[in-house]
Amino acid sequence: METFLGIDYPTWWFLVVGGLFSGYAILDGFDFGAGAWHLFFKKEQSRRIALNAIGPVWDGNEVWLVIGGGALFAGFPVLYATLFSAMYTPFMLFLVFIIFRAIAIEFRSKEEGKLWRKTWDICYSVSSIMLAFLLGVVLGNVLQGIAIDEKYQYQGAGFFEFLNPYALMTGCTTLALFMVHGAIYLLLKTEGRLYAKLTILLKRAIIFFMVTFGITSLYTLLYIPHLSDDFKSSPGLFIVPVLTFLSIANVPRLASKKNYGYAFFFSSLTIGLLLVLVAIELYPTLLISTLNPQYNIDVYKAASSTKSMGIMLTFVAIGTPLVLGYTIFVYKTFKGKVKLDEHSY
Amino acid sequence: MDTEILARIQFAFTVSFHYIYPPLSIGLGLLLVVFESLYLKTKNEEYHQLAKFWTKIFALTFGIGVVTGIVMEFEFGTNWAVYSRYVGDVFGSALAAEGIFAFALESGFLGVLLFGWNRVKPWVHLVSTIGVFLGSMFSAIWIVVANSWQQTPAGYHIVGKGMHARAEITDFWAMVFNPSSVDRLLHVWLGAFLAGSFLVLSVHAYYLVKGKFVTISKRAFKIALIVATVFSLGQLFTGHHSAEGVAKNQPAKLAALEGHFDAKAPADMYLLGWVNKEKQEVTGLKVPGGLSWLLHYDTKAPVVGLNAFPEKDRPSQVNAIFQFYHLMVAIGMTLIGLTVLGSFLLWRGKLYNNKWVLWAFVFAVFLPQIANQVGWFAAEMGRQPWVVYGLLRTSDAFSQAVSDNQILFSLILFLMVYALLFFLFIYLLTKKIKHGPYDKSTTEQRPFTQGMSDVFTNNKDQ
Repeated sequence: METFLGIDYPTWWFLVVGGLFSGYAILDGFDFGAGAWHLFFKKEQSRRIALNAIGPVWDGNEVWLVIGGGALFAGFPVLYATLFSAMYTPFMLFLVFIIFRAIAIEFRSKEEGKLWRKTWDICYSVSSIMLAFLLGVVLGNVLQGIAIDEKYQYQGAGFFEFLNPYALMTGCTTLALFMVHGAIYLLLKTEGRLYAKLTILLKRAIIFFMVTFGITSLYTLLYIPHLSDDFKSSPGLFIVPVLTFLSIANVPRLASKKNYGYAFFFSSLTIGLLLVLVAIELYPTLLISTLNPQYNIDVYKAASSTKSMGIMLTFVAIGTPLVLGYTIFVYKTFKGKVKLDEHSY
Repeated sequence: MDTEILARIQFAFTVSFHYIYPPLSIGLGLLLVVFESLYLKTKNEEYHQLAKFWTKIFALTFGIGVVTGIVMEFEFGTNWAVYSRYVGDVFGSALAAEGIFAFALESGFLGVLLFGWNRVKPWVHLVSTIGVFLGSMFSAIWIVVANSWQQTPAGYHIVGKGMHARAEITDFWAMVFNPSSVDRLLHVWLGAFLAGSFLVLSVHAYYLVKGKFVTISKRAFKIALIVATVFSLGQLFTGHHSAEGVAKNQPAKLAALEGHFDAKAPADMYLLGWVNKEKQEVTGLKVPGGLSWLLHYDTKAPVVGLNAFPEKDRPSQVNAIFQFYHLMVAIGMTLIGLTVLGSFLLWRGKLYNNKWVLWAFVFAVFLPQIANQVGWFAAEMGRQPWVVYGLLRTSDAFSQAVSDNQILFSLILFLMVYALLFFLFIYLLTKKIKHGPYDKSTTEQRPFTQGMSDVFTNNKDQ
């Protein structure tokens, strides 16, 4: 098998996909989080400012989903096909909410009517909450494994099977984490009363996250032992959960000092590290079969050919600096507190 | 209904709906670049207003294009799992290239295009507009390449058997430049330019008829008319080239397009017609030997017909394919007639007094849209029964793990959501058009920017 710097191509692609999904979770995470808070703001002006805080960037953030999905399709077609067809209904709901959210953002400020705006505000907030939650549900099911047979065919009971207690917990944890992350982002973008209100909301969000995260971690350790195997076999990896806890602890510390720039860095880092934990727990498996460990889909079974991987890795090497370039350019252009003008939502 | 049919209906519905928007974004993108460049060159404020006005409409089409596009990407995995496993290795690199090179470019600069008017220098804004436009053009490249690979596979080999068989890439450039991709890409690009320019023509023709925003509309109309005339004539060449390619690479499809059944006989070309599949005959208005002549410059030259293929290897919906194809061609010809007439009248200085022609342009906005849709219908139905021509059948490609009820549920959901989305789109489009090309800042003669602190100090009731 071809390697680069001693690492084989499927593993490289695993890292690429992991990087893309971390980027996606960090970026769309704060705008889902901001959306989840939307109904907590009562004043029309506050809502407009909160919406315009994500206005110029949410579309670009969603691109990471498209690229991540494309990367999964391209590099691990077997996984892409199996996971997406198995979790058909959750993915369809995800799509419907993502459409509703986009419609709500685009349309809410286009009419003055109270009922019009209220309806879209609810749509926007509910879909943001549901999207964060569904991402967590998918993650929870991937961590537990799903019923796939030797032909990569899903053999389970369907939609309600995916709403099991563990997946519901990971769903809530994801939502809580995104709400923390989103509140910090909004704090960076607002001033005055709205800012004051958000400092209180952030504290509540941190508590919500601590509770859900605690329960999920405990549940994982007690009932899903296979996920901690990798840590038992190589104790050096223990550094990752330690770093994760330190990163989490930094968020309330910095928030109490009103140092939201660094707090945002650490909430982003927390999302990244949690996904690194997930990656360590899974690798080299991508999708665990609950029917028989032999049917597990690992990176080698799922991967495209070496030739195809080589081409795509070249694309990534050329493309990543470009993408980072535009992303930084856009965020720099819209740096600082929100200013509404005639082009705003 | 069975799973295969439902999966096909859902894909056809969602992709048709999606395809209303990207061509508009590409076409409007081109005109935005033109308007904004003219503004930078001439410093004429009217071009600035045009660029800003059309940017708002562009934002609407772009936003809907993105979300309905995510649906398409997901559906490959959810509804067409076997297909995804089969083509992932080949198709994947095209999709990955789209994401990395095209989509990131367009969405990255989109924020600046939409919200950056007062934040960056005019030339930086123009660069962003060009970035978005190029991004949308690149997207079209990779999507059309992937689809063309399904029509005329190249640069691959088949590995494995049965459930585990899949196509693996052997030559990236052979895959990209497969026999049909260049012709089809040009045809798609031009179709998109027409969709965009006809929307601009329609709106400004409407203003001209109503006597509103007259000077600015004359400028916009003229530019859009030039674009539309050039590309509707260009479409004649790309279309002809595409058809030649189909004749060479997908003879069964070509035979279906013209309803040609005889395995080896000179083929006619129909202007209008109706195909009776059972009797294997077409009734209608024809040019005898026309198809033979177009392909070989000889009315007696034999053309391979549907009967040359076993029943199971040829498209079944011959009449539908025939009708869609002929409707596309008829619309193409109408667009040429209309734009040439418009250009002639413009040259003679008689266009803006001629209400009939202006009204024709108001309604012509639907024509390129319909042609884009039916052109794809003909292309995709003509490829049947294959999803990858000659390699994988559509009936083998759908997800076995998904039940018919699940698809029915999601299909109904999409029907409802898209109906709402379309209604809102039309509603807001009409509203923006009624509002006209001038924004608040020009009507109030001052830049309307308001920081949050101002709002809080001014509004006591906050």
